[in-house]
Amino acid sequence: MEVVMAESGMSVFATIGFGLFILLAAVGGAAVLTWFERRLLGIWQDRYGPNRLGPFGILQVAADMLKLLTKHDWIPPFADRMVFIFAPTAIVVAMMMGFTVVPFSPDLYIIDLNIGLLFFLAMTSLAVYSVLLGGLASNNKYALLGGLRSAAQMISYEVFMGLSLMGVVMLTGSFSMRDIVEAQRDMWNCIPQFLGLYVFLIAGIAESHRLPFDLPEAEHELTAGFHTEYGGMKFAMLMLGEYLGLILISCMMVTLFFGGWLGPWLPPVVWFVIKVFIVICFFILLRAAIPRPRYDQLMTLGWKFMLPLTLVNLLGTGVIVLWMEG
Amino acid sequence: MIEVLFYIAALIAVSATILALTRTNAAHALIYLIISLLAIAVIFFLLGAPFAAALEILIYAGAIMVLFVFVIMMLNLGKAGQERERQWLQGSHWIVPGVMAAVLFLELLVAVQPTTINVSSEVTPKVVGLTLFGPYVLAVEIAAMLLLAGLVGAYHLGRRFLVRKHDMRSTQVSHDEASEGVQS
Repeated sequence: MEVVMAESGMSVFATIGFGLFILLAAVGGAAVLTWFERRLLGIWQDRYGPNRLGPFGILQVAADMLKLLTKHDWIPPFADRMVFIFAPTAIVVAMMMGFTVVPFSPDLYIIDLNIGLLFFLAMTSLAVYSVLLGGLASNNKYALLGGLRSAAQMISYEVFMGLSLMGVVMLTGSFSMRDIVEAQRDMWNCIPQFLGLYVFLIAGIAESHRLPFDLPEAEHELTAGFHTEYGGMKFAMLMLGEYLGLILISCMMVTLFFGGWLGPWLPPVVWFVIKVFIVICFFILLRAAIPRPRYDQLMTLGWKFMLPLTLVNLLGTGVIVLWMEG
Repeated sequence: MIEVLFYIAALIAVSATILALTRTNAAHALIYLIISLLAIAVIFFLLGAPFAAALEILIYAGAIMVLFVFVIMMLNLGKAGQERERQWLQGSHWIVPGVMAAVLFLELLVAVQPTTINVSSEVTPKVVGLTLFGPYVLAVEIAAMLLLAGLVGAYHLGRRFLVRKHDMRSTQVSHDEASEGVQS
């Protein structure tokens, strides 16, 4: 299926078909990831995780979906109805739009924008609204506090996320994702841009507000933060958005720092999927291994440590690029 | 095709802006403003300025508007705020701004000559950079100075809170006891 589309990669219908395929694959991947994450966390924490339904418990995904679908879709009477319904869609739409610029192989991509990287950053920045408006519309103090925290957290970490990628752009001389991958033929960006990778990794976790940086929804102090009032399919949408964000950030990390589809022997798409899988596992390992920092620690880490680090990285990269050009 | 898309985006931008002006609920108004900004980004994209379009979303819709929503959340106006807004938006208050806007609109109609939109020439990010740091480098420097001034100003305004926080840490215990005493 994929190969056929790759051969006719330029025609409009094939691109639309491939786009739909990517949408379905991303949603399916996010659904399986909920189970996979729990199993992997279980293994690393010396317990089983969901292992009852089907082989290795994989039918747990279907059971969870069934439960969420049949749940009462309740909107609190004190909530702002319109915004409350709109909020969960923002993150899903924004994250799915982000997938359009990911190059899966030399011929397998939806669109190759010359502002590809900026488009990705723009889409992730729009995902904030889901959390923010969800918190605001719930009209509940815990949700509001969660939303406020997330706004501050995501706005701050967006700055470092954008700046940490500018080193990669400098080395490539282009915002296009395919150019960035092609420029890594001799050496993956993770070696010359290790500072950028480090900052992007942390900013990526903070941006997709996953544990250890899930302070917007820190259970022990804010119940469930911004999605306290959400249930049923709306809650599922928020979760879907979060997992889509995780997959998107992993795809971006592979594309920008680990050579994208580049690799010997195997077909490019396979390399891409393998690398993304490893990065996702690493994200889950981080979740299992690191405790949650305090909120002020998170912000201090961002502004007093990450920002100078990215600026140093930017300066160093600039000097080296100029020096190489002579 | 592009013209049709342009007019759709323009229609959305104008109607979303009008709705943003007339909403009494501040959060709803901001959402319409965000939609209007996104529509303007689409227009930039259609006119062959993808870099400007990306920055429009990234900076205006993705950062500045988030701060606006942030402030709305901090204020938490609620029903009272809506009532006050409704009073402000009543009849007579529309006259002067309406006349001003109408004059501006007429001027715009006169000023804008019907030119064909040259979509074929796309402005790439590289060209934008070269122009910014070539002929317009002075403007970039001035903007940098302005931002620095803003940064220093923000630090100055926030500094007293830093000092107070530091004081509080040393007298934390006695302060807590005092406030508890007041409550009981």
